[in-house]
Amino acid sequence: MLSFVLRRLLSSIPVLILVSLMTFALIWLVPGDPASVFLDASATPEQIENLRRQLGLDQPIWAQMLSWYERVLSGDLGQSILLRRSVADAILERLPITLSLAALALFFAVLFGILLGSLAAVNHQRWGDQSIMALALLGLSIPDFWLGLVLIVVFAVQLGWLPSGGYVPITEDFVGWARSMALPAFTLTVTQIGFIARMTRSAMLDVLRQDYVRTADAKGLSHSFVVVRHALPNALVPILTVTGVIAGGLLGGAVVVEQVFFLPGLGRLIIGAILSRDFPVIQGGLLMLAVIYLVINLIVDLLYALIDPRVRYG
Amino acid sequence: MADGRLNAVEGLAPHASRLRTLLVRLVANRSIALGGGLVAIITLLAVFAPLVAPYDPLESNFRARLLPPSAQHWFGTDHFGRDVLSRVIYGGRLSLEIGFLVVLATGIFGTLIGGCAGYFRALDNPVMRLMDAWMAFPAILLAIAVSATLGASVTNVVIALALATTPHTARIVRASVLVVREMEYVEAARALGARDMRILFVHVLLNSIAPLIVRLTYVFAIAILAEAVLSYIGVGPPPPAPSFGNIIANGRDFMVEAPWVTIFPGVAIFVVVLGLNLLGDGLRDVLDPRMRVER
Amino acid sequence: MTAALASQTPPSLTVEALSTATGPVRRRLTILEDVSFTVSPGEVIGIVGESGSGKSMLALTLMNLLPRSIVRTAGTVRLGDTVLTDLSGKAWRDRRGRDMAMIFQEPMTSLNPVMRIGQQIEEVLVRRRRMSGRDANREAVRLLERVEISSPAERLRAYPHELSGGMRQRVMIAIALAANARILIADEPTTALDVTIQAQILDLLRQLQAEMGMALILITHDLGVVAEMAHRVMVLYAGRVAELAPVDSIFDDPRHPYTKALLASIPTIDSRRERLTTIDGSVPTVGAMPSGCRFASRCPVARDVCKTLAPPVMPIAEDHGVACLEPFDYAPPPVGLSGAA
Repeated sequence: MLSFVLRRLLSSIPVLILVSLMTFALIWLVPGDPASVFLDASATPEQIENLRRQLGLDQPIWAQMLSWYERVLSGDLGQSILLRRSVADAILERLPITLSLAALALFFAVLFGILLGSLAAVNHQRWGDQSIMALALLGLSIPDFWLGLVLIVVFAVQLGWLPSGGYVPITEDFVGWARSMALPAFTLTVTQIGFIARMTRSAMLDVLRQDYVRTADAKGLSHSFVVVRHALPNALVPILTVTGVIAGGLLGGAVVVEQVFFLPGLGRLIIGAILSRDFPVIQGGLLMLAVIYLVINLIVDLLYALIDPRVRYG
Repeated sequence: MADGRLNAVEGLAPHASRLRTLLVRLVANRSIALGGGLVAIITLLAVFAPLVAPYDPLESNFRARLLPPSAQHWFGTDHFGRDVLSRVIYGGRLSLEIGFLVVLATGIFGTLIGGCAGYFRALDNPVMRLMDAWMAFPAILLAIAVSATLGASVTNVVIALALATTPHTARIVRASVLVVREMEYVEAARALGARDMRILFVHVLLNSIAPLIVRLTYVFAIAILAEAVLSYIGVGPPPPAPSFGNIIANGRDFMVEAPWVTIFPGVAIFVVVLGLNLLGDGLRDVLDPRMRVER
Repeated sequence: MTAALASQTPPSLTVEALSTATGPVRRRLTILEDVSFTVSPGEVIGIVGESGSGKSMLALTLMNLLPRSIVRTAGTVRLGDTVLTDLSGKAWRDRRGRDMAMIFQEPMTSLNPVMRIGQQIEEVLVRRRRMSGRDANREAVRLLERVEISSPAERLRAYPHELSGGMRQRVMIAIALAANARILIADEPTTALDVTIQAQILDLLRQLQAEMGMALILITHDLGVVAEMAHRVMVLYAGRVAELAPVDSIFDDPRHPYTKALLASIPTIDSRRERLTTIDGSVPTVGAMPSGCRFASRCPVARDVCKTLAPPVMPIAEDHGVACLEPFDYAPPPVGLSGAA
C-alpha cells in the first residue's frame, strides 16, 4: 500500500512541473507587452518600465523562470498589481469559499448521483430507469449560470426564501452560511449530478451481470443487500474515475456560479484579475486550481486502492 | 466486448450491406431521431434566420422596451425594444457557427495530437503528460483567460474553446488508436511496407473514428454552453450581434421586471444542448459498441 | 400418494413439467420444455448434456435465479411440502442459501473480488443463520477446514485474487456448506479447473455429500464424472429430457439414441476434458426448434413420425424413462404412465 502511494505521488511530479510551466508561460500568450496591456494608454514610459521591472519582464526568460520557481516553491506567488497585496494572501482568503462550494456540490452530486444511478440500473429498462436517465440528461443540458439566474428570480426575488447572493462565513453564522450556499450549491449539483448518475448506472449494469452477484443472490441475501454490499463497491472504481474527471468541471462550474451569486471566492478573484489583466493573480489562481484538481485526482487514485485490493497489490 | 472487437475488425472492409444495416440502426435509434430532430430544427431556423425572424434583431424601438411576450412579440422585447424571438433566432446562427468551428478545430487538433501520441510510442508519454497538465486547469477558466487575453472576437472565442476541449479529445483519440494499432490488419499493412503516415491516417484513424464522432457531438454541446458563459462573463463574441449567451448577458440586469429576455435564450441553449447530448448518446450506442451497455 | 411416499423417504425436490421461455410475450421461444424429475435426500443425480442443452438453465430455474429476459412458463418445483413455484420471489429467495445452495462453473469470477473470503462465508452465517460475529468466524474456520484448505484462519483474510482456481472452488463449496443446505446444485463445478484439481474437488464433493447426507444435483457434460459420482442420471437434449435412469442402466443399457451417441463419444480415460463434439450436427438453437423430436435431424434411427411427434418421457422399465419411440417400435404406449419420470 505504501509503495502504491509513493509511486502515485512520484508520477504526479512531472504533471505538476508541466502545470507550473504552463502557468508561467501564460503571460507570453498576451499579444505585445503585458505591462503596457495592463496600464492604459496614458501611462508614461517610465510607469511601464517600472511595472516591467516589478513583473520581472526586463530579465531574460530563464532568469524569470528561475526566480518564479524560487518564489513559488517558497510559497510566494508575487504581488497583485491591482489589489496591491500578496497574491498568496488573497488566494488563501478566498479559497475556503470556493472549496466549500465545490465540496458541497461534489458531495450531493456523488451521493444522489450514485443513488439515482443505482436505482436506474436496478430498474433497468423500466419506467424508473428511463425517467431517471431523462432527468440526468436534462441536468447535463442546462446552462449553469442561467439556472442560477432563474433560481435567484424564483427563490430570492419572488418567494424571498433565500438571499440572492453574497456570502456569510460559516464561522459567523451557520444558518446564514447554509442559506447563502443553498442556491449556488444546488445549481452546481444539478449540472454535475448527471455525469455521476449515468456512470453509476452503466457501471452497475455491468456489475449486476457478474457471476459474483449471482453467487450473492444464490446465498438468499435480500436483493437490496446484494446491490449495496456486493454490487456497489465493485461499481465504485469507474464512478470514482468519473468523479476525478468532473472535478475539473466542478471547479470551473464553481467559478461561474460564484460569479452569478456574488460569492467572493477564488473564481471571482481570478475572473476579476483576468478582466483587469492582473497577471500575478491569474497565474497564482490558476496554479492553485490546477493543484487542487491534481490533489483530488490523487485522492481518487488512493481511494481506488482502498476499494479494490487488486490495485493495492498489483 | 466481444461484439466490439468483432465490429472493429470487420470495419476493415465496410461492405455496402453493412453500411446499410448501420444506417438502419442509426435511423431506428430513438435518441438519434429525437436529438437529431431538435438539432435539425434549430439549425434550419438559424440558417434561414432572415426568412424566419419576424423583426430585424438589431433594430431598436424605444417605445417598445421590455414588452412582455404577446402576439406581436412572442418572446417579448429587450431593453432596447428589440424583438427577443428574432434575436434568439439570429443568436442561434452565431452560437451554432461558433460551436461548429470549435468542433472543426478540436477535431483536427485532437486527432493530430491523440493520433500521434497513440501511434508513435516515443511521443506517447510526454504528449499525454502535457494533456494531463492541460486538463488540470478548469476548461471554462482556461477559455475565459484565453478569450480575455486575446481580446473578445468570434475567432478568439473559437480559439479559446478549441484550446479548452482539445486535450480530452486527444485522449479519446489516443485510446482508440492504441486499441486499433495492435490489430492484425494494421500489422499486415505495416508488413506490406506501408509508410507510417499512411498507416496512421488510412487504417488507424478511419477505424477509431466512431469515438471521435461521439466526442465531437458532445464538444458541440460543450461549446454552445461555454460560449454562453463567456458572453455572460463579458468575454464572448462582442455585441451588438446576438448570440445565445450575450442575449442572456444583456437581459440579466432586467431579470426581475423582464425575465423573458433571459429565460427564452436560456431555453434555446437548453434545447440545442439537449438535442446534441441525445444525438451523442444515440451515436455512442450505435457506433461505439465498446461503450454500449448491452440491450 | 404424497402421504404414502412421506412415510418412506420424502422426496427432497420434485420438479414437474417445468418449461421456460424467452422473448416477447406474443413470440415466446421455448428453452426448457416439460422437464420432470425428483431428487431424494442423499441422492446424487447427474444432469448431462451438451452445451446448449439447458442444463445450467435448469439449475438457475430451480434456484429462481433466471435472468429477467427468461421466464418460467409452466411447471412446479416442490421442496418437501412447499411448492416453491407458488411462493413470492422474496419467499423463494429466502429458501435459497438455507435449503438450497449452488456452486458455479467459474470459480475465478464467482467470488466478489473486493471482499475478503471470510466476509463472503460469514455473511451467510450471520445474515441467514443468525450467528453472532464471533461464532460465525469460528464456524467459517471450521468450514474451511471441512473443505481442506490449509491455515484456514489466515485464508479467511485473503481476497479471491490471492487464491488459485481450485482454492476458490473450495471456498464456494464452503459457502454452500455454510448454508447447511439439504440440496446442493453444482453446475459444472470442475470444468474450469486443471485435471488433477478436478479429481480433488470431486472427491471432496462426494465425501461431503456422503457425510452430510445432502442431495446433490451435479450438472456436467462429462459422462466420466457422472459414472463416478451419480446414482441416477438425467440426459437433457435441447431443453427436453431424453432419458432418465439409474447410472448403471444408462451406461449398460442406454435406450435413447442420443444417450447412445454420447456414450460412444466418450474419449479415452485420460482425456476427459474433451467436449462432446463427435456427434454430427449440433443442438438446435432457441427459436429454431423442430416441431417433432428435437434430436430427429441428428438421429441415426429417426423415422418420418419422429419429425412430427415429440414423445414424452415414457417408462421402459420400472425406474427407467426414455423420450424416444424407437424402444417402443415406433408405437408408443398410451401416454400418462409417466411414473418413472
